[in-house]
Amino acid sequence: MDPEAAKYIGAGIACLGMAGAGIGLGTLFGQFLSGALRNPSAADGQRGTLLLGFALTEALGIFSLLIALLLLFAV
Amino acid sequence: MAADGHDHSPIKQFEIKELVPIDLFGIDASLTNSGAYMLVGLGLIFGFLYFSTGGRSLVPTRLQSISELIYEFVANTVRENVGPKGMQFFPLVFSLFMFVLVVNLLGMIPIPGITFTVTSHIAVTAALALLVISIVIIYGLYKHGLGFFGLFVPSGVPAVLLPILVPIEIISFISRPISLSVRLFANMLAGHIALKIFAGFVGLLLGAGFWALLAPLPLALTVALTALEVLVAVLQAYVFAVLTCIYLNDAVHGAH
Repeated sequence: MDPEAAKYIGAGIACLGMAGAGIGLGTLFGQFLSGALRNPSAADGQRGTLLLGFALTEALGIFSLLIALLLLFAV
Repeated sequence: MAADGHDHSPIKQFEIKELVPIDLFGIDASLTNSGAYMLVGLGLIFGFLYFSTGGRSLVPTRLQSISELIYEFVANTVRENVGPKGMQFFPLVFSLFMFVLVVNLLGMIPIPGITFTVTSHIAVTAALALLVISIVIIYGLYKHGLGFFGLFVPSGVPAVLLPILVPIEIISFISRPISLSVRLFANMLAGHIALKIFAGFVGLLLGAGFWALLAPLPLALTVALTALEVLVAVLQAYVFAVLTCIYLNDAVHGAH
């Protein structure tokens, strides 16, 4: 296979990792919303934890995007 | 595209340029645009804190209340995650938080040809993460002696499982500085590349005749992405500070 083509295919495959981050973010915000609707008074105190979880989850998706970008531009 | 692609390459913005060449006994210590941005960031932090807290009035002025808000925010983070004993590390966490925050936000100000995000280089974030983890290890050994290594032995676990669990704990400890630095660096890098790519779509569409009508779409997306990136810049600084606190907690309180 042409190495150049393999590079692009690899970048595409690496982006699949972001699906995991999508699932994670959906779970995160979905669970927060269901918890917040059950007990709205407690929701405000957990907003910091929510954003922390958002940043940690999003970072994992970014890692796979990073691999894709490295394949496209750096390798 | 390939011919002029180099000028519009999305990673061109991360290029380090030499501004003032300095040669310290054979070591290249030149002032680069990265170093200049760090100095500007430090100047902003110092100037802001100096002038906002200079008055020390009982009823704070606007600037003073901003710095008091930031102080309370970081102090609460340290208190919640490390406890009152951890307040000796407050200056460290506050400095790290302010540095990462200001440098991230400075990178969001678009200045053609100049704008640069210091934290988009792993050399910078790895240095910060190594600083944190060295302090955790040195302070932990100083405070608890060899008992610090009890961190790697989870309590209340059957002895049969220990040969498996201890290596896992050690690996997870070693991967902390890696994930701490890569998280910040990758977020900044990927965010700025995404911004640049979507901004590049505007130019491509404008040069495509009829399809120039669609150019406002990626432009709007760029504006939305900029808002997201500002959020990410603040969040990543916060996450860096919180994770520093969580790691310091191990050093201060030792094994549980």
